[in-house]
Amino acid sequence: MSDNKKSINKIGKADAVLNAADDKLTVAGMYAMQPHKWILYLGIVLVIAVLIGWSASDMSFSGMTATGTEVAKGVLHGVFHPDTKLLFGTSDSDVPYLLMQTIAIAVLGTLFGAILAIPFAFLASTTIMPKPVAFVFRAIILLIRTIPSLVWALMWIRVTGPGAFCGVVTQSVCSIGMISKMYITAIEDLDTKILESLDAMGCTPFQKIRYGVLPQLTASFISTTIYRFDINLKDATTLGIVGAGGIGASLMQCLNSRRWAMVGSFIWGLMVLVLIIEFASTKIRKKLARG
Amino acid sequence: MSEEYTEPKKKVKLFDRIFKPQVITIANGHTAVRPRSRLPFILIVLAIVIAWALYMTEFSLATVFSRVNELFYILSRIFRPKWSFFGKVISPLIDTIKMSIMGTFIGCALALPFAVLASSNIVHNRVVISVVRFILALIRTVPTLIIALVCALIFSLGTFAGTIAIAIFTFGVVAKMLYESIETIDMGPFEAMEALGADKFRAFWSACIPQILPVYLSHCLYCFEMNVRASAILGYVGAGGLGITINERIGWRDYNGLGMVLLALFVVVFAIEFLSEYLRKKLS
Repeated sequence: MSDNKKSINKIGKADAVLNAADDKLTVAGMYAMQPHKWILYLGIVLVIAVLIGWSASDMSFSGMTATGTEVAKGVLHGVFHPDTKLLFGTSDSDVPYLLMQTIAIAVLGTLFGAILAIPFAFLASTTIMPKPVAFVFRAIILLIRTIPSLVWALMWIRVTGPGAFCGVVTQSVCSIGMISKMYITAIEDLDTKILESLDAMGCTPFQKIRYGVLPQLTASFISTTIYRFDINLKDATTLGIVGAGGIGASLMQCLNSRRWAMVGSFIWGLMVLVLIIEFASTKIRKKLARG
Repeated sequence: MSEEYTEPKKKVKLFDRIFKPQVITIANGHTAVRPRSRLPFILIVLAIVIAWALYMTEFSLATVFSRVNELFYILSRIFRPKWSFFGKVISPLIDTIKMSIMGTFIGCALALPFAVLASSNIVHNRVVISVVRFILALIRTVPTLIIALVCALIFSLGTFAGTIAIAIFTFGVVAKMLYESIETIDMGPFEAMEALGADKFRAFWSACIPQILPVYLSHCLYCFEMNVRASAILGYVGAGGLGITINERIGWRDYNGLGMVLLALFVVVFAIEFLSEYLRKKLS
């Protein structure tokens, strides 16, 4: 409604200008018609400036630590002179093994998360379930999403003990939040006309699901899962910091004990792995989207 | 149309060469080919990968079920937050918000010029584009926590290290999202202004910036949302903010206190997400 009013106002204004200019378009007349938005812009800029000023007030740059420059140089040196024995070794403390473990954590975490998310998504979509039920499940999904993954990992460690196993369980739970959120959108976008026509043809409920629902959902479900795998892989590299397996733990130990060559090789391994997975996942998802 | 219709030649994929497509003869004599389904092949590969992953991670469902009550014990304590702890949460919470505002601002400000340099419709030099994009991709591969840890080692512990870590992360993400959106803008106005005799910079300023600005602001807000979540755990490696408190509470097994921290975080994240979603809707 307000949009309509605005445009009517604008037309009224334009008429006034045109009349004043004796039905001629003049540069000055057109300028007068320009929407006056500078007050809004000024307001936005002021708000942003105040926010930044407020947050900068506490930001004390206390200079680098005594060892600061040494650390910075060390990291750079490590990146350019990685420990090649570690980078291509085959024992279970070398980069390839740790990377494989990281991938394994992400694969299983994503898979379990994707499976667990299916019931959640159906129970939380308003088109299928009654409103109160859907609302309760949405609240649960929101709660799962709010607890940061590191905190989940720290809680699951009490159950599973440290190791890659903990990473898998953590990611299975963490993934539910985002995956089911995207599943819900896919389910609510279902084209119900197809189901109606299948009904008219006399299909059984099973046939309706097989030919009416599944073909519409699989592509977007798989695409979501692959996208989440991408995220989980990056997440799995940091879960190691709390002891949940993967490459993170060793990387952090090397950083803290200042073994720069080892840090360099870990960072190289990580970068290559993430780049490859990101490239592959974008490619597959593009293919799925085009059908 | 006397010429007979000939099927356009398609490149036969390797898969179809090995597993010959099924030829179906229809009642009227015509034949149709149906390529063999890839599904069995995909399922076999997936099964092998899963078996390997289960072996690598020493996964055991039995452990989960037999010891899951430990998790419920923690969760039940979390859901009974210790309200008296609220006073101690406020200060790190504000630190976290300040860190994310400052980090987002620095990162977004740096991202704009690099995003322009990486978009193929404005810069026509392939070398510049590929170099900038490669650098952005490399920055995005390093996890935020690792950046934060390195920053904490370089600039002593505290919020400054966290701010720099967030700024670097934001820079990588916003620049990527931005160059992808810049490539979709309408270049017509730009060409029209150039034809009228405007120099490149003037034309870019008046024709492209008004198109880019709303998208840019929307990306910044989205990133700010993510950063509030992310900065809450940066403290775990000593980069200031709520993470320190979270780490401390878990270390002392004070799960009621942890519940309070998480509740405060939840309220703030929810409020910021709500506000940012509202603003982004206005922008688009």
